[in-house]
Amino acid sequence: MPTFPHRHLLGIEGLTPPEVTALLDRSETYVEQNRRADKKKSVLRGRTVINLFFEASTRTRTSFELAGKRLGGDVINMSVSTSAIRKGETVLDTAMTLNAMHPDVLVVRHPESGAVKLLSEKVNCCVINAGDGSHEHPTQALLDALTIRRRLGRLEGLEVAICGDIVHSRVARSNIHLLAIMGARVRLVAPHTLIPAEAERLGVQVFHDMREGLKDCDIVMMLRLQTERMQGNFLPSIREYFHFFGLDYDKLAEAKPEALIMHPGPMNRGVEIDSVVADDYSRSVIHEQVEMGVAVRMACLELLSANLTETTQHNI
Amino acid sequence: MTFHIDPEAGRLAFTGARLVDPATGLDAIGDLLTEGETIAGCGPGLFAGGMPEGATVIDCAGLCLSPGLVDVRVQVREPGEEHKGTLASTGRSASAGGVTSMVCLPNTLPVIDDMSVVEFVARRARSVGLTKVYPYGAITQGLAGRQLAELGMLAEAGAVAFTDGVRAVADAQVMRQALNYARTFGLLLVEHPEEASLATDGDMNAGEMATRLGLAGIPREAEVIIVERDLRLVELTGSRLHFGHISTGQSVDAIRAAKARGLPVTCDTAPPYFALNENAIGDYRTFAKLSPPLRTEMDRQAIVDALADGTIDAIASDHAPQDEDAKRLPFGQAAFGGVGLETLLPVSLELYHNGHLPLLQVLALLTVRPADLFGLAAGRLAAGAAADLTLFDPDRAWRVREYELYSKSKNTPFDYRPVQGRVVMTVVDGRRVFTLDD
Repeated sequence: MPTFPHRHLLGIEGLTPPEVTALLDRSETYVEQNRRADKKKSVLRGRTVINLFFEASTRTRTSFELAGKRLGGDVINMSVSTSAIRKGETVLDTAMTLNAMHPDVLVVRHPESGAVKLLSEKVNCCVINAGDGSHEHPTQALLDALTIRRRLGRLEGLEVAICGDIVHSRVARSNIHLLAIMGARVRLVAPHTLIPAEAERLGVQVFHDMREGLKDCDIVMMLRLQTERMQGNFLPSIREYFHFFGLDYDKLAEAKPEALIMHPGPMNRGVEIDSVVADDYSRSVIHEQVEMGVAVRMACLELLSANLTETTQHNI
Repeated sequence: MTFHIDPEAGRLAFTGARLVDPATGLDAIGDLLTEGETIAGCGPGLFAGGMPEGATVIDCAGLCLSPGLVDVRVQVREPGEEHKGTLASTGRSASAGGVTSMVCLPNTLPVIDDMSVVEFVARRARSVGLTKVYPYGAITQGLAGRQLAELGMLAEAGAVAFTDGVRAVADAQVMRQALNYARTFGLLLVEHPEEASLATDGDMNAGEMATRLGLAGIPREAEVIIVERDLRLVELTGSRLHFGHISTGQSVDAIRAAKARGLPVTCDTAPPYFALNENAIGDYRTFAKLSPPLRTEMDRQAIVDALADGTIDAIASDHAPQDEDAKRLPFGQAAFGGVGLETLLPVSLELYHNGHLPLLQVLALLTVRPADLFGLAAGRLAAGAAADLTLFDPDRAWRVREYELYSKSKNTPFDYRPVQGRVVMTVVDGRRVFTLDD
C-alpha cells in the first residue's frame, strides 16, 4: 500500500505529484470494490471518524459517512443544527470537546476559510478538510482528478476550463492547485466580477468570453453560482448570467468534440448549466464524479489513519 | 421646407465646398459625392471631369462641409415626459443643429434598463428618420444605484454606453463592480460626476454669487470628489470610464494627471461650461440653472484650456429640455437643465472665433473624437463612410432667441446671445433632413 506523509489533509496546495498519484492510485482500488455486492473492508476497525459539519451538506457528508462505514470504522455525524455551536460554543471548544472523546479522524467543513486549519492545530487526530469557506476542498479536487484520469487516461497536458463563480469557490482553488501539480493547463472563465484579484498569479489563463475560454478544451468544469455568498453586485441577473456564461450546446461546441462536462454539484439547472447538457450522458460525467467521491474518501481515510500510532493518540 | 426629408438616398453632389475633416486634417475647397447612404468620394477637383450624372447638385459657395456632429449627451424625454420633448421634436432640434448622431440618456420613464426600452427607442427613432439615435443603458436597475442592470444584454440590444444619467453611482462598491462587470464585455461607462450628498440641497455654484442671491450652493468639490474616487476605481479595475459634462478646474486637473499616468479615462464638457459662468444667472434666470451648475470665471477658463490641450475629449450639448411649468418658478424650485442641440455648433465655434482653438480642433471635439470614444461609425469624410454631413457657414451672425428654436422646450441658457456660425444643411445617411430657409 502507498503511504501519505502528512498527518492531515487540509488542502491540495503544497502536495507533490507522487502524493497526489498515491491517493488516486489507492482510490482506484476502491472504485472496483464499491461496485461489488460486498463493499465492506475492515481497515478502519476500531477507528472513530467524526463528520463535523459547520455548514449544510448532503453529498459530501454522505460520501464521507459511506466511506468510513465501508472501511469498517465507527462514523458519527455532527452538524451545526444539532450541536453545541448553536448554543454559543466556539469552534475550538467544540474541537477540544470532541478531541477528548479520542476520535481518529475528524472530517470538518466550515464556512470560514482557514477554520479547519485552526481546528487541526488543537486536536491530536487526523483532520480532513471537507471544505473551508472559499479556500480549499481537497477531496473534491481528488475525485475530479480521478474521474478525468479514468476517462482520459491522464491529467498531464489536458486543457481544463473552470467556469463560473471562481471568486467564491473552494472547489476551483483546489482544482487549480491539483491540475497545476499534475501538469494540466487551467483556464478560468467568468465575468470580471467573479474572478478573484490577480488570479493569473495562480498560473492560470483568464477568459471573460466563454466561447474563447472553451475553445479546444478537454474538460469543461462548471461551478455552482453561490448566490448565498453574493452580497454586493456580482451579477445583474440570472438570465444575463446564463445568456453569457451558462453552459449550453452552443457554447460547448467550441470545446473538443469529446470534451467532458463536470460539475461538483449541487447544480442550478438553467443558471450555470442547461438541463439538456447536464443530462447528456455521452458528455456529462457528473454522476461519475459522485461515485468517485466515495472511493477517494475511502483512500484518504485509509492512508491518513494508517499514519496513526498509539503514541500519537495519547500525546497531547 | 425646413425638415423635408429626401424620400430616397440618391446622389448628392456638393460642389465648391470648404471640406473640413478633422479625422484627416483635410481643410480645402473641393467636392463631395454621396451615393445612396454612403460617401462615394470627396476631395479637391472631384468633379473636374464634369458633374456626376443624375446627381442633385448643391453649390456650397465656399461654406464648410464637415462630418455630421456627434452629440453624446442628450435627454430626449420620450418615453415618459413627451410634454417636454419627443424623439420627433428632439430629432428636428438636432437636425437643425447639424447633429447627425446623438446618444440619449436613459433617464426616461420607464428607464432604459431593459432591452425592450432600447428597442422601443430605436424603433421610434427609425420611424422619425431624422438624426440617428443611440441609447445609453442604465448602469443600475431603475437608476437606483443598487443593483447592476443587464449591461451585457442591453449592449447586445443596442445600448452603446452606460450611465445612471443625471446621477452618479453613489456607492463605491457598486461603481467598482459596475466597472469590473463592464470590462467583461469591453463596455464604456459614463459618470455624472457629482457627490449627491453635497449637491442635493443646492441650486447653483457655491460662492459669493450664491451668497448674494441667498441661494443654496453646490460646492465645486462635489464634482472633483467623485472624479477622484472614480479615478481610483479605474486604477483598481482597469476598466474604461468617461466623465460627462466636466465643469471645474479641479476636475480638469485630476483628469489631466490621470491621463498622464496612463489611465483609460476620457471626458466631455458642454458649451455652457466654456461659454458662460455663474454670472449668467443674473437676476434669478432659471434658464441658467444647470446641472452641474455654472461655475466661476476661473473654472470657465480652465475648461477652455483643457479643451485646447486635449484633456477634454469631446463637446456634447447636454440637451436637457424642461417645459415652462418646470422653469417658471422661484429659482430654488425650478428644474435643472438647458436645451443645447441648436446652439452646440455656434457656441463651440466661439472657441475658434476667439482664437482659443483652430477650426479643425473644434470640429474634432464635435465629430470624430466622440464618435470614436463611443464606437459609432460616424465622424469622417471618407469614401465608404456613412453620408452624415453638416454644411455650415462658420461666420454667419445671428442671435439666439428661445421662441425661434425647433426644440419643443425652449429653456436655453443662451437666449439673446449673439453668435457666429449657422447650419445650412444637414444630411443623414445620404438624405437631406434639414435645409435652412432664407
